[in-house]
Amino acid sequence: MSDEMLEVGVNVPDDMSPPPSRTFQSSAEKWLAFAAPYLFGLFFLGGWEAIVRIEQIPVYLLPGPLLILHTLITDFAILLPNLIVTLRTTLLAFLAAAFGGLLLGLLFTFSRWVERTLFPYAVILQVTPIVAIAPLIIIWVNNTQIALLICAWIVAFFPIVSNTAVGLNSTDRNLIDLYRLYGASKVQTLFLLKLPSALPYYLAGLRISGGLALIGAVVAEFVAGTGGTQSGLAYRILESGYRLEIPRMFAALLLISLTGITIFVCLSLLSNFLLRNWHESAAGE
Amino acid sequence: MTQTVMELTPSRVATESAVYRPLISLKSVGKVFRNGTEALRRISLDIPSHPQFVSLLGPSGCGKSTLLRIISGLDTCSSGSVEWPTSMHDVQARPLEQVGFVFQEPTLQPWSTVFDNVYLPMRLKGQRRKDAHDRVMEVLKLVHLDGFANNYPRQLSGGMKMRVSVARALVMKPKLLLMDEPFAALDEITRLQLNNDLLELWQAQGLTVIFVTHSIYESVYLSDRIVVIGARPGRIVADIPIDAPYPRSEEFRTSSVYNEHCRHVSAQLKAAMGRPGESSP
Repeated sequence: MSDEMLEVGVNVPDDMSPPPSRTFQSSAEKWLAFAAPYLFGLFFLGGWEAIVRIEQIPVYLLPGPLLILHTLITDFAILLPNLIVTLRTTLLAFLAAAFGGLLLGLLFTFSRWVERTLFPYAVILQVTPIVAIAPLIIIWVNNTQIALLICAWIVAFFPIVSNTAVGLNSTDRNLIDLYRLYGASKVQTLFLLKLPSALPYYLAGLRISGGLALIGAVVAEFVAGTGGTQSGLAYRILESGYRLEIPRMFAALLLISLTGITIFVCLSLLSNFLLRNWHESAAGE
Repeated sequence: MTQTVMELTPSRVATESAVYRPLISLKSVGKVFRNGTEALRRISLDIPSHPQFVSLLGPSGCGKSTLLRIISGLDTCSSGSVEWPTSMHDVQARPLEQVGFVFQEPTLQPWSTVFDNVYLPMRLKGQRRKDAHDRVMEVLKLVHLDGFANNYPRQLSGGMKMRVSVARALVMKPKLLLMDEPFAALDEITRLQLNNDLLELWQAQGLTVIFVTHSIYESVYLSDRIVVIGARPGRIVADIPIDAPYPRSEEFRTSSVYNEHCRHVSAQLKAAMGRPGESSP
């Protein structure tokens, strides 16, 4: 009895740590392992800056990283409204996908018929390139903002539906038996057992969809090419390209990347927070 | 020697005093799976209402787990019937609260604490968390886990998870505890410890335990009755009383009586396996 209890707290299974040949032994090595990606980034950016300066490459071909950073700061007032527009489209599409995907995933597990009937179309929607259908959607839907939203939603929707459906179907059979044994109602089984079981899968779907919603929004903006006050970062990239304001174009691109990274990090933090106590994917955080 | 042994065995004491009214009565139970495989044939078995420790012993694939599922109501039989003569429920209804089930795996909800895992059956019956608190802590104490109520399953060892599973099965005060090879996946040292703790629990709680196992040694150590099941189709080939007194300890495990029982059960099992069902496909 007491021997078992001693094991509490040292519960990291052996297979959690990397194999011996791949562990970093000394503290210097550990520091290097931590710094390696940053060092590579610095090396890359430094090389870029050096080549631009030594070869005297004109800014309309390739601006250096320092100039891009400088442009991002000076032009931030111009870029901010575009960022807000793109961000709004992305977030609304993401939320619609998060809720819609959950609902459809639930519907799939409740009715095999619904799944059999609708799932092929969800797949078709997913595999058809959004660039190809965006022009149609923009023609059909009068309001450009809503058209963009639909495009971003189509891209973000599928991973959530399929992950939710897989998650709901992968509930431990024995636990389902246990619920049956104690005469649990359908509602109890759904809320106490099936939804919690599906949570890690759902969160994984959210993490994929967050990035996809941004990509969908930007692609649709490119296709729509709207000007005026309601234009997003993609429009700013197009416009800067036409005007040969290449540093601003890069600054807008950088902003899109930063947005994508922020979305991913936020969703990862949310996932790790919700699964911190029980799921292997959040282990060792 | 044998005289004292008999007096101490609970089954003897009770069968001679009360009117015989079994807790469960299996009447010629048969099970044929949808693919045509005959899993069980004409199983007739009475489980008495006084505390008994019954092991269902047989090779893997002999249908002993199926039999346990039929007794619990998780599965239905294709022929015959399962009756609960002492139950207030009618024959067809599943005797919900009366049965605790321990699966081969701990089968815990990884997102719930130890407390909430044990509280689950009461929660499903609509009991409030506050009202259930004392009972949950009581059963956690029974399995020696009262200090771990707020831990999550992934913080526990395999043996401790199994204890949580046993606590959950006991929380509704069942009359019958069904265990489906519960300790098969554990290391030997943990398994022996859990065997002793289970016996202690069984004696203190006045439960009837039906314990499915494929280990001759485990079944002889634990049981006061071993039902040997032969394979293809699953059928009862021997019903062997183990007349050794409780509490049993490590001493019993190394005694000649224990060895004698093991040899006897082993011989029955071997005979059963060498003689498959005459008309099996």
